[in-house]
Amino acid sequence: MNPTFDDLAPPMMTMRSFWRSARLLALACGGALAAPAFAVGDLAGGPAVNQYNLHPPASAIAFDQQWLHNFMLIICVVIFIAVFGVMFYSIVVHRKSKGARAANFHESTTVEIAWTVVPFVIVILMALPATRVVVAMKDTSSADLTIKVTGIQWKWGYDYLKGEGEGIGFVSTLDPAQREMSEAGKPQGDDYLLKVDNPLIVPVDKKVRLVTTANDVIHAFYVPSLGVQETALPGFVRDTWFRADRVGSYYGQCSQLCGKEHSYMPIHVKVVTAQEYTAWVDGKKKEAAAKADDPAKVWDLAGLQARGEALYTANCQVCHQPNGKGGGAVKPLDGSPTVLDADKTKQIHVLLNGQNNGAMPSWKQLSDTEIAAVVTFTKNHWSNATGQMVQPTDVAAARK
Amino acid sequence: MSAVIGHDGIPHGTAGAGGHGHDEHHGAPHGWRRWVYATNHKDIGTMYLVFAFTMFMIGGVLALAIRAELFQPGLQFMHPQFFNQLTTMHGLIMVFGAIMPAFVGFANWMIPMQIGAPDMAFARMNNLSFWLLIPAAIMIVASFFMPGGAPAAGWTLYAPLTLQMGPSMDAGIFALHILGASSIMGSINIIVTVLNMRAPGMTLMKMPLFCWTWLITAYLLIAVMPVLAGAITMTLTDRHFGTSFFNPAGGGDPVMYQHIFWFFGHPEVYIMILPAFGIISAIIPAFARKRLFGYTSMVYATASIAILSFIVWAHHMFTQGMPVTGQLFFMYATMLIAVPTGVKIFNWVATMWRGSMTFETPMLWAVGFIFVFTMGGFTGLILAMAPIDIQIHDTYYVVAHFHYVLVAGSLFAMFGGVYYWGSKWTGVMYNETRGKIHFWTSLIFFNVTFFPMHFLGLAGMPRRYADYPMQFTDFNMIATVGAFGFGLSQVYFLFAVVVPMLRGKGAPAPQQPWEGAEGLEWELPSPAPFHTFETPPRLNAAGTKIVGYGAPAHLDASGAGVAA
Repeated sequence: MNPTFDDLAPPMMTMRSFWRSARLLALACGGALAAPAFAVGDLAGGPAVNQYNLHPPASAIAFDQQWLHNFMLIICVVIFIAVFGVMFYSIVVHRKSKGARAANFHESTTVEIAWTVVPFVIVILMALPATRVVVAMKDTSSADLTIKVTGIQWKWGYDYLKGEGEGIGFVSTLDPAQREMSEAGKPQGDDYLLKVDNPLIVPVDKKVRLVTTANDVIHAFYVPSLGVQETALPGFVRDTWFRADRVGSYYGQCSQLCGKEHSYMPIHVKVVTAQEYTAWVDGKKKEAAAKADDPAKVWDLAGLQARGEALYTANCQVCHQPNGKGGGAVKPLDGSPTVLDADKTKQIHVLLNGQNNGAMPSWKQLSDTEIAAVVTFTKNHWSNATGQMVQPTDVAAARK
Repeated sequence: MSAVIGHDGIPHGTAGAGGHGHDEHHGAPHGWRRWVYATNHKDIGTMYLVFAFTMFMIGGVLALAIRAELFQPGLQFMHPQFFNQLTTMHGLIMVFGAIMPAFVGFANWMIPMQIGAPDMAFARMNNLSFWLLIPAAIMIVASFFMPGGAPAAGWTLYAPLTLQMGPSMDAGIFALHILGASSIMGSINIIVTVLNMRAPGMTLMKMPLFCWTWLITAYLLIAVMPVLAGAITMTLTDRHFGTSFFNPAGGGDPVMYQHIFWFFGHPEVYIMILPAFGIISAIIPAFARKRLFGYTSMVYATASIAILSFIVWAHHMFTQGMPVTGQLFFMYATMLIAVPTGVKIFNWVATMWRGSMTFETPMLWAVGFIFVFTMGGFTGLILAMAPIDIQIHDTYYVVAHFHYVLVAGSLFAMFGGVYYWGSKWTGVMYNETRGKIHFWTSLIFFNVTFFPMHFLGLAGMPRRYADYPMQFTDFNMIATVGAFGFGLSQVYFLFAVVVPMLRGKGAPAPQQPWEGAEGLEWELPSPAPFHTFETPPRLNAAGTKIVGYGAPAHLDASGAGVAA
């Protein structure tokens, strides 16, 4: 079988794995299904071995979904048995070989109306409980915590937008060792293809609103135990929510075809107690603080200019132009008296407060270090050669 | 192709069926011209069926490659990207290359014979609509050998993933355009034939249900194929001409693509099942030796399904962030479809009730169809419930569902149709034992393949996955074993049933092989002569029997034979 795909895939199928497949085939055919063919156990919050029903629900919505499924399944099975009971009775009894003679009836308006109206009523009865769940499912209001979930080929980005932990953001990727196991055709472990580096951490019993979006193509955030499946659309946001009712790990996978590595972007949601969550948020905040700029640091000119150039490119040059000449209503920076002024605070105030009724917007959301860097850059670029340096402490003083 | 052999000998002796020995002046053309220049509905029907079966086999090989890779976790045979190409091309080939052309083949063969027409209304357009399939099929299959391989965005071709595909995506889009043009021409032909070329006395409400279901299907096709063409054309211009219909980077909306696609896609699934209902409605009464129960309600149910099919499309998009009112509307509308579909099932069961049944192969397929298709109907009802769909959307549950309605539905009905009408096409009877082997192996292996997929879906295994967590292994193994069994049983069908029939091997078929079958096709010799009904037949009151040809001297006692 190997040569068939030779030109498209490296030969991965060795003789040994061929025989292993053959043995497994025999095993599967032989009805030896009580024992799984691979050494694997159930994964709590993920799939169980040979699971044949929905996941044990870990949220009220997932519970309702499961209840609805059982409700539908029972009704369908009853109807199925009734209809096919009649059909198979007829098949057994009304046979020519048993001497059955064909009756002559071939229409009855009464019967037709009956078997149109009765199913119609049954369908309405099915729709009533479903409606209640749909309305509950779509109500994303008054969330305790809002997290933006970004689908990226082929990983998930999580940004905590609102609530405890606001500002935390990280990316979650499949454990590379598992991708290698997959490539080698030698999978191992109960969490095969479900193990990630950074799980999404959320507190128990809190309403978590997920705002989904994507960077490139469509993905879908799917965690069955929590009753959540929502498409992540590039360029658009959608939202859904869950409230986990017990702590633990819950697993899911991307469910919208998103290219080559579609099978390799799992989701791991770790639900923790409120105390553990607070501790985790504090840890993350400290981590972030450790990485941030020290506002008391004294910079040299080259360092500030390099940092400032990047900031200028990202934020300023769309109006002020790469040559600093501006244009139209946008004032030039090259040769500007404010920029060249020996009083550094003049330019800092323009950045912090804006100018001309907001034609030049306020940039106070930038950090002290960033404003210091971009001001220093403009004071020493193009024909501007003031040699002036603005330190973060100058900006901090101007903010007061 | 036997119909070749069958036909070549026939025409001269059977002028009676055609009226007045017209065949003696020009019989069937010979050699390649007969097929390339074909304008005869029977020849074109044969070509459609052979083409569809070929594509069915190619699509089947792709399916087996998919199942081989999924036999166990880990990648054994292929890269994930090639796997995605296989799932995409399996879907496109089966839907557009196998199921749809096969039904057009049935329509070509049977509609003129069932309504007493000499041929399809537009014989040359009929030729064109068949021959357009060939370049389209070549483009689709050849896309595997283009740089970057075949399209791998799923058969639904969702944007913006389609923007990342290689040049084969364009080949696929052109192929779909051509197939769509072919389908539209075929549909126009069917509508015009059915509405204008019925024999005198064959009123619309006397037409066999197969003609009715195809008439309605043809309207669906004309309504939605241009919609698909629009969606894929916009994809094409997004790819090459800088537009941003669906590309969010330029302000486009990828969800809009899905709305447009499924506005085509949902009626499309009824396009693939309504003619199957027609075939089943022919077979069940024939073998129950009892008239179809509730003919009128069958017609209305078919029309209701067709109309409802236009207002349910977004149930494919419950997870795309639809507002609450949208979810409720599409959930209710979708659940409503269960009502007319239920009516059909009940009518078939009522037809069987107190009949005098025998179970030759066509009847086995029909009963198998009702039984297994209904399971697909129930899973459809379950999927229609928006809250449940959140759990099983885009999982193997969906894969199980649509194979229950498309394989056990459309395909099983067509197998039934081949056994039922095959003798009329080829003049030889199939071998009953072989037919039964084909049925039972297909039925069993079909369920072995697809039933475990319900479990996989409920347990949360997403579809279009090249590799999966190991807990899913056993059910995948069973499915793979079943798939290979199902594939082999179709190979058996090819060599043990189709090839002998095409070569004219087998017991000569009588004009009327089935005791209880009614309809004009059974008034013709087997195989049906090259030209039939060149003179309009006069029919009995029920429109099921020929009482003479040409204009009657006066209306007959039943009042049926209206002057031609």
